[in-house]
Amino acid sequence: MNLISTFNKSIGNFFSSRPKFRYYLPQILTALGIVFIFAYFAYNAQVNMENRGIDFGLRFLGEEASFDIQFSLIEYSGASSYAKAYLVGLLNTILVACIGIFFATILGVIIGISRLSSNYLIAKVAEWYIEIFRNIPLLLQLFFWYFAALRALPLPKEAINFFDVAYLSVKGLYVPKFIWTNFSVFLYSIIAVIVAVVFIFKYAKKQQEQTGKQIPVFSISTSLIVLFPLLTFLIGGVSLTFEYPELKQLSQTIFNYIGGVAIIPELMALAAALSLYTATFIAECVRAGITGVGKGQKEAAASIGLTPGQILRLVVMPQALRIIIPPTTNQYLNLTKNSSLAAAIAYPDIVLVFAGTAMMQTGRAIEIVSITMLTYLSLSIVISIFMNWYNKKIAIKEK
Amino acid sequence: MIKNINFLRKPSREKFNLFFSIGIFLFSLGLIDVTLNSLFDVNITSFFPRVLNYFTPLIFGFLGLHYLRIEFSGNKMLDKLNTNINSNWFNSILTLLIIFVLIQNIPPLLNWLIIDANFVGTTKEDCTDSGACWIFIKIWFPRLMYGLYPNTELWRINTSFIMLITLVVALFYIPIKLKKYLIIFLIFVFPFIMFNLISGGNFGLEWIETTAWGGLSLTFIISIFALILCFPIGMFLALGRRSSAPVTRYSSIGFIEFWRGVPLITVLFMASVMFPMFLPDGVYMDKLFRVIIAITLFEAAYMAEVIRGGLQALPRGQYDAAKSLGMGYWRLHMLVILPQALKLVIPGIANTFLALVKDTPLILVVGLLELVGMIDMAKTNPDWLGFATEGYVFAGILFWIICYSMSRYSQRLEKKYKTDR
Repeated sequence: MNLISTFNKSIGNFFSSRPKFRYYLPQILTALGIVFIFAYFAYNAQVNMENRGIDFGLRFLGEEASFDIQFSLIEYSGASSYAKAYLVGLLNTILVACIGIFFATILGVIIGISRLSSNYLIAKVAEWYIEIFRNIPLLLQLFFWYFAALRALPLPKEAINFFDVAYLSVKGLYVPKFIWTNFSVFLYSIIAVIVAVVFIFKYAKKQQEQTGKQIPVFSISTSLIVLFPLLTFLIGGVSLTFEYPELKQLSQTIFNYIGGVAIIPELMALAAALSLYTATFIAECVRAGITGVGKGQKEAAASIGLTPGQILRLVVMPQALRIIIPPTTNQYLNLTKNSSLAAAIAYPDIVLVFAGTAMMQTGRAIEIVSITMLTYLSLSIVISIFMNWYNKKIAIKEK
Repeated sequence: MIKNINFLRKPSREKFNLFFSIGIFLFSLGLIDVTLNSLFDVNITSFFPRVLNYFTPLIFGFLGLHYLRIEFSGNKMLDKLNTNINSNWFNSILTLLIIFVLIQNIPPLLNWLIIDANFVGTTKEDCTDSGACWIFIKIWFPRLMYGLYPNTELWRINTSFIMLITLVVALFYIPIKLKKYLIIFLIFVFPFIMFNLISGGNFGLEWIETTAWGGLSLTFIISIFALILCFPIGMFLALGRRSSAPVTRYSSIGFIEFWRGVPLITVLFMASVMFPMFLPDGVYMDKLFRVIIAITLFEAAYMAEVIRGGLQALPRGQYDAAKSLGMGYWRLHMLVILPQALKLVIPGIANTFLALVKDTPLILVVGLLELVGMIDMAKTNPDWLGFATEGYVFAGILFWIICYSMSRYSQRLEKKYKTDR
């Protein structure tokens, strides 16, 4: 007993009398531990792969994928390479993430503002919306939309008709396809308008700061946005026709829509589940942001004669946004990561196409799972860099 | 007399009775119109043109609420109603829309859920009414709760969960001196007892493969084990991230940001297909263990960030005071910093746990079937095709009750600890 305590004490003395040693030893041990684990795993992986006769490398990406993908934004066929299949999956992931972020933001802002409404019914409905959708696992919601709600839609023959333009059926939503001629002219005109509007905004701000005159920026820019692209139709030779989806009889009993753009039910279910779920979190961020702006700010704004709309736009929102954006960024990241649930309902995103089908076929677990993880990591980094830039832009500039 | 009243003018207090009765009449006309229309398919305003007909309840209700908007009417009920749901024309339209949507949707929903639903019977054919077929849930209930665990051995799962609940409840009532020991027992000893009881293999209990585990009990098993395991890891990562030693700090940052940057699904894929490649030849690790370890590491990264928040919130004085008493790094953190920091972030920890529970259904992508996975299996059973909705609604209600009560509890804790400092 005595011996042990002496031993302990001597160790204590040894460490406390050598601060540098105490600083470096744990670090060296950590580094060694990490290196050891990685080396051990790498060694085992090499042995395992040798036993199974596969070599490590990315050469398989150039091989023919020989499987079909149901939904693709770029041209893809079974003869394309695995790299192309990866690209298709990645684009599908980005597509659903963008759709989800768009709708989740709109819905989240509406719900978040409604939650603070003076109307008791609206505030309660918003609150219950949040409580219900936030507390049910996303996967379950996704399954509900896909297997229960969308499967209950009518067959193509009795599809729900939106003004003879779009048709919603169990096979998906069919919307008209835009067929452009001289699309590039139209695109340039839009870019030109955006540049012009930015200049007008800057000029108007400068005018107001220097002379106090207000230029009706909003009406000017709206009319520009409408008029300028319209002009390209008249002068620039741009024209637009629609290809409407039409009901065709494929066989005795099978009907389906041909033509137009088909939005597959998997995409609809995924977008619906992601945006309804994430909207609850965004709503809470928005609410926290608006309540975070002091009451005095609103009262001060009202006392200098601003209208309620102006108070919200000029006083409350600029301050609230600073509180809202950082947590909302997190929600966007979560939505992007959650879009990987697509694999559960067979929406061809990167997980299903690459980590699912491609992995089954090639058996290259290490390469494919690593590539998939790296892809998500880089998507996360891109979103957070963008949002950090935006956050910095609207942050308080202290002079 | 009626000639003198401009009907589009603001209703005034002097003519209270007149405005009030007109308002109530029009408002209830709108409500009755919607109710009859949606529930009994009767249209009392069909003599209007069709386009107008669609909006009649809205117009009636809008006018009714307009006349009811009597300022300072002296009637307490009416004043309260006006300030809460009828303060201006925009609010009145929103109010009407919400009421109409509720009238149209709640009765059919109740019909489907309860009134027209089928409760009695044992087969699909007993579902004769138009509502939900809850017989499906009733027959599959043991499977939804316990997975493919053998029926004769179910008592083992039940016993372990009853023990767990008793111990957790006891935690609130036993004297504070014994609390410490109970917590240590709960964290370090009880998981092994629970695991032994459920998996068996000794003490004369039959060994049950982890592939047979499933249902809601698996959700709880995974959540409990992952929570207990991820807590210490998260704590060390949080301390590591705030450490002044660069190797420790950067490896912690790298670890945390890696797990936070990837979706759980890829982590599960990693555990199920990639990790076996990293093990030496001939060593086999059970899939459930691999998944629990993966979820643990995943949640530990989130836990670390929560705990770091608490560490950052503590004033510097606490560190300085502890150091001036001659405390070393570990004593300083274990006795002074962490107890306070953890208390601060109890709501955050609860939220992480909530996220963990909501994430567990995902394990179905690697072939482990908890509640949602079992429903997925049940609905494809040839005898029970076509009851997906019932299954998902049932699972949704169960998960909702679990998650909602947890989030309420965490909100209560948040309030409790907010006033403390």
